[in-house]
Amino acid sequence: MTEILAPLFLSLMVVCAVAALSVKELLSAVTIFGAFSFFSAAFFVVQDALDVAFTEAAVGAVITTVFFVCAIKRTTGRST
Amino acid sequence: MRSKFGSPVLDASARLLAPFMWLFAAYVLVHGHDSPGGGFQAGVILAASIIMLRLVRGEASPPGLTSRGALTFACAGPLLYGGIGIVSVLSGGNFLDYGELPLPMDPVQIRVLGTLGIETGVMIGVTGVLVLIFDVLAPWDDGTV
Repeated sequence: MTEILAPLFLSLMVVCAVAALSVKELLSAVTIFGAFSFFSAAFFVVQDALDVAFTEAAVGAVITTVFFVCAIKRTTGRST
Repeated sequence: MRSKFGSPVLDASARLLAPFMWLFAAYVLVHGHDSPGGGFQAGVILAASIIMLRLVRGEASPPGLTSRGALTFACAGPLLYGGIGIVSVLSGGNFLDYGELPLPMDPVQIRVLGTLGIETGVMIGVTGVLVLIFDVLAPWDDGTV
């Protein structure tokens, strides 16, 4: 199972990273970055690193997303 | 009752979710030694619940925890952590040598309590710092504490 899931989550992380870089709307980029964090957390779960997955899901996917959205509120919201 | 933030659905969900998040944070804190989790994760969950309440209900939520209170948390956590370390130095051990804490108990129990104490310090510090960062970044704030 690990042999299938680990490459799957890693490739989804690559897809999310490329999508977050290529999208112009900053809010969309932040949302996709949250998805990236969740795939990263899922990858850590597959690797039996539950502690790291826990931290990644809480900090990477929730708290940083909120911080980025708050930061975007103070900018124009579009990448140039 | 009426506020410019959120909606009845968001409000009810946040109210329903927050106590369970606090319970889960407490569980993660006290079970940190034999399951995934610990002080940092518990603090992050606690901070996430507080940030959720602030996002839904606005600046003055939860009641009683202002930015100043978060600053106090952020300072009290390291104080607790370092205080336990210093107390164990003063009672003849190394820094953070929990076994030397002056408590009338079995050394094993003292060790467990000392670990729980520093984990609580980490939790309080992480919660305070994350809530503080959110307060400084929040759209209704002018960037000061």
